Amino acid sequence: MRARSLLAFLAVLAVVGLLAFGLLNKGATKIAVGDPVPDKVLPALPGPGRGSIAKYRGKWVLVNLWASWCVPCRQEAPVLQRFYERNRRTDTMVLGINVQDNEDDANTFLREHPTAYPQLRSVGDERSAAFGSTGVPENFLVEPDGDLALIWRGPVDDQFLRERVTPLIKGSQ
Amino acid sequence: MSFRWAFYGLLPDKAHRNVLCALIAATVLAAPASATGAPQPAPQTTVNAIEAEVMCPICGTLLELAESPQARREKVFVAKLVAEGKSKAEVKDALVAQYGPSVLALPKASGFDLSAYLVPILAIAIAAVALAFSVLRWRRSGRASEPSATDAAAEAPRGEDAERLEADLSRYDL
Repeated sequence: MRARSLLAFLAVLAVVGLLAFGLLNKGATKIAVGDPVPDKVLPALPGPGRGSIAKYRGKWVLVNLWASWCVPCRQEAPVLQRFYERNRRTDTMVLGINVQDNEDDANTFLREHPTAYPQLRSVGDERSAAFGSTGVPENFLVEPDGDLALIWRGPVDDQFLRERVTPLIKGSQ
Repeated sequence: MSFRWAFYGLLPDKAHRNVLCALIAATVLAAPASATGAPQPAPQTTVNAIEAEVMCPICGTLLELAESPQARREKVFVAKLVAEGKSKAEVKDALVAQYGPSVLALPKASGFDLSAYLVPILAIAIAAVALAFSVLRWRRSGRASEPSATDAAAEAPRGEDAERLEADLSRYDL
């Protein structure tokens, strides 16, 4: 009788444990300023080649998550291109990561909104999940040592870059 | 008038004859090109059949129910592959390659994902066996607790009780 009770208790415990595990895994990854940036080697867009954020260690990197179907991303691309052009001679970089998209659409987007800064592609929402992303576009300023200096869940414009991003970069120099 | 001249006679002048010759030449040259020029293969599946079995990963709903900008692009992608004559499995593989495994409404029946199908079957089988055992035990215990003839005889009133019972019963005799 005691063995049967123990067995029933263990079965209930296993079910509760599985439910708790499922709930915990469902929650988006939480990242915060000061955390190391989530990084992974990804295919370049357009290919061939591969890249990662770590490749630009020693530089400030503005990571931009975008998708071709995202309307604000179309307005943001020229803004980021101008920021890249203004800062390319300094230790500042812009890196686009295409997410939640298909490759053909992403390449069409880049033909329509050309950017000189490097672009990577993440299949599905794998990178979005790693960044705890809730949508696109989202922007993350990465310090030269690889830690997050700024998280901005939305599109950026010239004013935002001038008032929020540039002071962080200049403040460290 | 010979046949040749009769044929030429249909055309009023040399310029028109040249146009006719050019048209015939173009038709003759174009015919093999159109015969070999990538004919559209017959579709092996339908857009509706695919959309009912894949997800819009951003919306978390079936693609056929989704109307977000991402879902609209995904639908265009599916329609393109179906028009190219891809099978349902090929379209799904292409979707996974582009959007990740979360695009599938049902997990694949292979590898670790197979457990999604096996675990419920196993759970139902275990529950059925447990239920069968419980019913058998319950029936056995029910039979064991039924009073036997000897038990009834043992419980029959005796002596003074039997006399009182007899007297009580006789009072109700009609």
